[in-house]
Amino acid sequence: MQLKEVLDKYPQSEDYLIEILMDYQKHKMHHDLTEDELKTIATHLNIKESKVSSVVTFYSLFSLKPKGQHVIQVCHDVPCHVNNQPDVLSTLKTMLAIDIGQTTDDKMFTLEYTSCLGACDKAPAMRIGEKTFTKLTPNKIKAIIAEYRGRKHA
Amino acid sequence: MIKLKINGFDIEAKQGATVLETAKENGIDIPTLCYYPDLKINSDCRVCSVEISGSKNLQTACSTPVKEGMEVKTNTSKVYNARKTITELILANHDTNCTTCSRNLKCELQDLANTLGIDENRFEKVLEMDEVDNHNPSIYRNPNRCIKCGRCIEVCKDVEGTYVLENQGRSNEVKVAPKYGKYLSDEDCTFCGQCASVCPVAAITEKDDSQRVFDAINNPKKHVIVQVAPAIRVAIGEEFGHEAGGQWTGQLISALKRLGFDRVFDTDFTADLTIIEEGHELLERVKTGGTLPMMTSCCPGWINYAEQQHPDMLDHLSTCKSPQQMFGALAKTYYAESAKIDPEDMYVVSIMPCTAKKYEAARKEMQINESIQDVDAVLTTRELAKMIRSQGINFNNLKDGEFDTPFGITTGAAAIFGATGGVMEAALRTVSEVVNEKPLEKIEFKDVRGFDGIKEATVELGGNPVKVAVAHTLKHAETLISQVKAGKSEYAFIEVMTCPGGCVGGGGQPYGTTNKKRIERIESTYRVDGAMQIRKSHENPTIKKLYDDFLKEPLGKKSHTLLHTHYHPRHKKT
Repeated sequence: MQLKEVLDKYPQSEDYLIEILMDYQKHKMHHDLTEDELKTIATHLNIKESKVSSVVTFYSLFSLKPKGQHVIQVCHDVPCHVNNQPDVLSTLKTMLAIDIGQTTDDKMFTLEYTSCLGACDKAPAMRIGEKTFTKLTPNKIKAIIAEYRGRKHA
Repeated sequence: MIKLKINGFDIEAKQGATVLETAKENGIDIPTLCYYPDLKINSDCRVCSVEISGSKNLQTACSTPVKEGMEVKTNTSKVYNARKTITELILANHDTNCTTCSRNLKCELQDLANTLGIDENRFEKVLEMDEVDNHNPSIYRNPNRCIKCGRCIEVCKDVEGTYVLENQGRSNEVKVAPKYGKYLSDEDCTFCGQCASVCPVAAITEKDDSQRVFDAINNPKKHVIVQVAPAIRVAIGEEFGHEAGGQWTGQLISALKRLGFDRVFDTDFTADLTIIEEGHELLERVKTGGTLPMMTSCCPGWINYAEQQHPDMLDHLSTCKSPQQMFGALAKTYYAESAKIDPEDMYVVSIMPCTAKKYEAARKEMQINESIQDVDAVLTTRELAKMIRSQGINFNNLKDGEFDTPFGITTGAAAIFGATGGVMEAALRTVSEVVNEKPLEKIEFKDVRGFDGIKEATVELGGNPVKVAVAHTLKHAETLISQVKAGKSEYAFIEVMTCPGGCVGGGGQPYGTTNKKRIERIESTYRVDGAMQIRKSHENPTIKKLYDDFLKEPLGKKSHTLLHTHYHPRHKKT
């Protein structure tokens, strides 16, 4: 989706900055916002770029760096942790050959922590994009990653 | 009046006053860190926490208004422990190599730690050293010393309207920086230095050029001359313990002579020259239908701003170089010729209230030829004071010295350049007399004086009323600019100064500069003017001689080469 289409969806007001940023970033293959795009948004909303930069760097959900096509967020909270999350995570790290916060060389996956996904009854849990995976085991992880790898680029 | 108790004592306070102000007026000091007079109150740092009856939590004195019957306690152990903990936490994330810091013994954080009796820090050091920004000639930004008080952000946004500095990131990773953590030189920073002026620590300071100047002074081959801006003489004493509002011209000259400068000259001389050139430029524009309103070009922060934000307005700027640059250009030509000194062997230093002057002096347009800049080094008032102290010169015991000739004979018109409205008033004194061909009845143009953000006046020129305007701070200048852009400006001439109060309130002036002090310096400036024998630039005999011997005529060929310049739209690097 073009930035202009996103901008046209919202009133031209500073109050919609975060909505615009979220909406646009969601449509980008590598889930990032570039300085040029942010400049366009600032100009459109008639606010200063320093202000937009301040907002984007404040919220961890916004990224100035390109991420992998699929962002894997592993729950970092206690119920998952005591339900074998460390094993699941180390399987992910080994399979992808990256650490938390890193992106695979082929730009397919980025590995991140997330706070509680609300799936404590089915721990451990993780999310890829908007899809949540629960009751994870190392074997399940292997299957999930293999499935994503087998997919064509979206 | 409101009745309240502070520390058990009955106190009366004005409606709307804060607990902090009320306590201070009654001799009770409450420490502060993020609070700064004239700036928006953020209550970020919580250092001014006090106990207030009815509140379970500590309240910040800077942001709490007094209320009838309120009971305030400023010195309980709860308050003390909170302040101490806050300060220790700040220190745990601060580069505390105090002895090698430019603000050593002039630092508000150091003062606070000392006042609170912090002799050890219970918290582990968590500072992660970050890159220093020293990529421009004016401002030095050291994030490792930043305590995130936000004063610089407020001054950049609310006072100047430039919005360069902002909080970036969150929580313990927050940084005060230009967008995306870029260098100031990549941004639309005007280098006005107001951020440096309000910084409580040494996170933002001027770029220190004093060593370069000492090196020149100690080089026997160099003929080192110095010029002092009008705003220095009404402020330098504050660096040596005096209250604002005095004037220290004589001691300043003596101190410069003791520092080893070969000649001590006055920027006021080229301020007079600016008035002649700029006055004639204005008349020329009026006569030939040139671009109006003409806008002053003495202020380098304003020039940067115009080039960055309003590249379509550059025709409005006077082509006159600033007095600093006119001085440098004349020193290395006219003075060099008459004193038989090779300009290569000359070193011109200027003492300025300003950090943007450092940038201006380094501009490519500001040179005699490809290898010789008009001005070689610029020092702020603060840097000069430091040099004076370092050489064991006892400023307060110095006898009055006198400026050297030829650039020492000046007028009252030049003296007021340092105050907002001063350049306008000086120009009006000259332009009126030149046009009307009779002496002014009233030499003082009081409409353009004072601390209002925008001032205007109407003067009679050749039988026609002409309107002029004056703005200080870029935020106020923006109002006048939008009128010009909308084709609604009624003015023929506009003066713009970046700093509040004009140069007396510059970013390089002594620490602790507030609007109150700015006003006192302005009043002192007008006293300097009032005491001058000659008060109009065109009556300066040395200026007349300069035209007879060297320049020949205002706006002439020599003036064009040496005293005028041109401006460039800035293309951002990003």
